[in-house]
Amino acid sequence: MTVYASHSTAAPRPLLLDIRNLQVRFYTPEGTVYAVNDISYKVHEGEVVAVVGESGCGKSVSMMAVLGLIPRPPGEIAGGEALFMGRDLLRLPEDDMQSVRGGDIAMVFQDPMTSLNPVLSVRRQMTESLRRHANMSPEQARDRAVELLELVGIPDAARRLGDYPHQFSGGMRQRVMIAMMLACNPSLLIADEPTTALDVTIQAQIVELVTRMREKLGMALIWITHDLGVVAGLAERVIVMYAGMIVEEADVDSLFDRPRHPYTLALLGALPRVDRRRDSRLNSIPGAPPNLLVEPRGCPFAPRCEYVIERCRVERPPLMPVSPTQRSACWVLAGGEGNN
Amino acid sequence: MINDERPTSNGEPLVRVVELTKHFPIRQGLIFQRVTGQVRAVDGISFEIARGETLGLVGESGCGKSTAGRTLLGLYPATSGYSTIAGHHVQTATGDEWLAIRRGAQMIFQDPFASLNPRWTVNGIISEPLRVHNLVDGEAARTERVKELMALVGLDSRYINRFPHEFSGGQRQRIGIARSLASDPLFLVCDEPISALDVSIQAQVVNLLEELQDRLGLTYLFIAHDLSMVRHICDRVVVMYLGVMVESAAKDDLYEEPLHPYTQALLSAVPVPDPKLARRRKRIVLEGDVPSPINPPTGCRFHTRCPIAQPHCTTHVPVWREIDPGHWVACHEVEPKFRP
Repeated sequence: MTVYASHSTAAPRPLLLDIRNLQVRFYTPEGTVYAVNDISYKVHEGEVVAVVGESGCGKSVSMMAVLGLIPRPPGEIAGGEALFMGRDLLRLPEDDMQSVRGGDIAMVFQDPMTSLNPVLSVRRQMTESLRRHANMSPEQARDRAVELLELVGIPDAARRLGDYPHQFSGGMRQRVMIAMMLACNPSLLIADEPTTALDVTIQAQIVELVTRMREKLGMALIWITHDLGVVAGLAERVIVMYAGMIVEEADVDSLFDRPRHPYTLALLGALPRVDRRRDSRLNSIPGAPPNLLVEPRGCPFAPRCEYVIERCRVERPPLMPVSPTQRSACWVLAGGEGNN
Repeated sequence: MINDERPTSNGEPLVRVVELTKHFPIRQGLIFQRVTGQVRAVDGISFEIARGETLGLVGESGCGKSTAGRTLLGLYPATSGYSTIAGHHVQTATGDEWLAIRRGAQMIFQDPFASLNPRWTVNGIISEPLRVHNLVDGEAARTERVKELMALVGLDSRYINRFPHEFSGGQRQRIGIARSLASDPLFLVCDEPISALDVSIQAQVVNLLEELQDRLGLTYLFIAHDLSMVRHICDRVVVMYLGVMVESAAKDDLYEEPLHPYTQALLSAVPVPDPKLARRRKRIVLEGDVPSPINPPTGCRFHTRCPIAQPHCTTHVPVWREIDPGHWVACHEVEPKFRP
């Protein structure tokens, strides 16, 4: 695994994606779902950022919003902007957006079986974006597709190009997806739980592949996951989300060494370790994630938090700096409130 | 009736699995079906589980771990071999003896959404085993027992008349656990009981399983692919690959000194939530995918992916040997003298 320079010592890299005050809601028969609530973060060129959180925390929805993939209705971008190389993606006409998706920004999804079209050959699906975005002739596109499949380690690539998705195993399908995404040299790859459906040995292969591709092609990477173990081996910077909000953001070492949000602390305490003898019961987090049908008020983690003070229930804590590379949205651990 | 004394250990193992084999026939043809092959899901496994012990059964998808769990409970008829639970021979039991085995050995399923009938109330679901086995007389007494069971697994008994969809994933898994405890079993097969749950909820369910084991003296077979959680909860671990056992040991022996190259690769692929360690750690990245169990490789089944495979590995099936007390492995290369 590669050793990255820590975030604080690296030379500042140019800004690539700047998400500001993004809010996403869904209007459902049950009521309004407050899926993403005013989140802001930046991704620099070539940077590896992990977005971590449990189901329903808004980690995928926020990325879908950036790519204009939220169905409207029932969804609505209720506010904010997402500046990508100077353009606000949230206000881009659909035609322009289509050239961004699969062009400058590529996305790999969790389940490669549902994101590949089962009735089209891999060749057809791979050459589509090459012909569309790179204006290649069918022959050029075919050659490039074989090259890409070889690049991601698919044996006998020329022959397998004509195969259909069901003829590949889960890990191989994910490689095909990655090859498709690399087709147009994106400057940003968004990977949404790309290894969750895979076994650990295959997960290790895919993580290694993506890391190698990123180094080779120099693209930035946003890796969305619930697995803090994968994050530790991959990311430079980590964003922790809970109930549609960012609760902590830090360089990877600080996050694991000195987590400064009670939710991050609790998550790390709830993880068993494969490399250590057991010393006690797991630290379970009481309760369940909040109901997103209720408009957020105060800190979303307050009902489950062991550090909770009165202020947490009424006033939402903003992300407050605790060091040059770490911010936490906690009145107690970052805001200097409460003395317990 | 299954023997109900519950000493922690009286020498005799509670569960014994001997050369258990389960092949699924592959049929072809619409009207005149003929068997054209066999999926050799479980191909001769043997192990014992002591009273009060938690045995972990690990391996990648398709290695046969779930089939092994179901076959040893008698949910699938065995192709050959047998299993005994508390002295009762599972494969030959009929009538009252079969009912007694069913009562004494229960299962917790992976998917808390699919394993509960959506049209039954919690009361109906949890009381089903009570009705089937005639354990409690009368509706009122049954409801009381259901409330007791709900309290035991940490569910509010006021919700007794609600339906599964009104509960979260973690709560549904608690309903499933309450149902499996209703018949007062000795032995539970937990088939990936936490893999559908969020991290913060996983810890709750694992802690609950441990508390229940302490209080009720239960014996668990814990089937999982999450090797970190298996190290946390189990006493002893069996590693399976393509239907056969490759290694078995007390958990700390297995995790600290894995002998089989597959176990070594599997453990090295598990991500650790520690960025500094993740950078230092040496990973053994296995090439390729798990071969098909329809036509498993000859000799050692792992030889197609094994980093240290020798020519004799392709021709000779390795012998299952005890290397250290309680530490068993099937590999020619563990010691030179084992080579054929």
